[in-house]
Amino acid sequence: MREEYGKVLAVLARRCGDLDLAEEVLSEALARAAERWPREGEPERPAAWLTTVARNLLIDRARSTPLEIEWTDAVAEQAQEVAAEAPAEHADFALEDDRLRLLFVCCHPSLNQESQMALALRTLCGLTTREIARAFVQDESATAQRLVRAKRKIREARIPFEVPDAAQLPERIDTVLAVIYLLFNEGYLAHETEPPVRSDLCEQAIRLGKLACDLVRRHVEAQALVALMLLQHARRAARVCDGELVPMEDQDRSLWHAEDIRAGLAWLDDAIACHRAQGCAPRPYLLQAAIAALHNRASASEQTDWLQIASLYDGLLEVLPSPVVELNGAVAHAMAQGPQEGLRRIARLEARGELSGYHLLPAAQADLLRRAGDIAGARDAYARALGLATQPLERRFLERRLHELAA
Amino acid sequence: MQYMILIYGDEKAYASAPKAAIEQMHVAHMQYGKEMTEKKVMVGGSQLAPTTSATTLRLVGGKPVATDGPFAETKEQLGGYYLIECANLDEAIKWAGRCPSIQGGTIELRPLIKHSM
Repeated sequence: MREEYGKVLAVLARRCGDLDLAEEVLSEALARAAERWPREGEPERPAAWLTTVARNLLIDRARSTPLEIEWTDAVAEQAQEVAAEAPAEHADFALEDDRLRLLFVCCHPSLNQESQMALALRTLCGLTTREIARAFVQDESATAQRLVRAKRKIREARIPFEVPDAAQLPERIDTVLAVIYLLFNEGYLAHETEPPVRSDLCEQAIRLGKLACDLVRRHVEAQALVALMLLQHARRAARVCDGELVPMEDQDRSLWHAEDIRAGLAWLDDAIACHRAQGCAPRPYLLQAAIAALHNRASASEQTDWLQIASLYDGLLEVLPSPVVELNGAVAHAMAQGPQEGLRRIARLEARGELSGYHLLPAAQADLLRRAGDIAGARDAYARALGLATQPLERRFLERRLHELAA
Repeated sequence: MQYMILIYGDEKAYASAPKAAIEQMHVAHMQYGKEMTEKKVMVGGSQLAPTTSATTLRLVGGKPVATDGPFAETKEQLGGYYLIECANLDEAIKWAGRCPSIQGGTIELRPLIKHSM
């Protein structure tokens, strides 16, 4: 039903240009369905049934209430148009376009990031306000408020239910993909929630990513993002063991989800084929997916192709210059060429001061010092990392390492 | 649908900018306004005199009292505006993004609320 919810809502919202109104008539249609379907049997095409009932409600609404929104006439006109259109059986054709429009509305740059994620979950994935609140560890009423405000902004600023034109499209797709990946990361390691790994959020993000790929064909970064998410999500069962975070080298790789890895690698192959055909420089998601794939392909930690991972990080740093990428790259270089090389790179990064306050910098130093046999240095660095880390699982991991070195 | 383009910038920096740069900015604004007029987007607009010329009014004991200075001291000040007519926010964003004062300043875009009489 969730899938259907997003589809029907997308059609309605586009026709009336008002997400709130669309949600209202759809929930009324759902109420009617709950009343009639058990008695009369579920219709053959539930989405078509719901669309027809909801759009009739929309027409009634536009006729009877003088809406304070400016384009009342337009709503009425469009609703009439919808009613006059081909029967709902043929409506699937238009559905995909409408979902794409809705995805762009949800991820409009004039909405803030939390609102973008909440709206996408609410409208396209059909999550309830309560479920969204739980996902973001938020008060239900705060989430409801956030959604109300976002929908009001869409209406008042008139964010269009349209696919952006060619000039704006590349940038806007990037925003859509960024929202999807943020959503995924929120599920991958939630900041404060228990459980720390929210598989459901990860799966919703993967669904949205696939939706974006369905809608915008042959988009390398969209395909690569789906690959990246699948490859990371595949390790879910091994990442946390007895409530403790397990670093990748210690993970039981037999717990990695083989089907997800196969699927992720297939998505990556498609992305690479597309990338070759289009012949432009590789972009961030493609490079990150390639790195994830090298990890997933290694049957044991020692068999990881660190040289290639390190060189992929060098490429990533060129297209996505960020101190966090540089830090991860330094660790990859350490694994390929020995801890001293990594420590040198991290020292340079530390001297620039951009990552002061970021717990993973001293944590990486600690790990490399431990590998280099400098126990005192490692303990000191673990203690500094602990002073900065806030995520409970990460804190427990660092405490455990510090304890092991003390023994 | 009408949108207000609000132009914010550091008026001190503007005041001390070389004459040629200011002249260039004026020409760019003329061109921008002309194009928006031709495309029937422009409703109105103007540069504002600096906040040193501002007067603030408040009710004191039920009577409006005028005082010197802007309502709020901020790092960037409102220096001008355009009022434009666009079909939707994306169209407005496109026009606002071409406003010459985005160089060295910040543009805020606000939809107008239409009240029916």
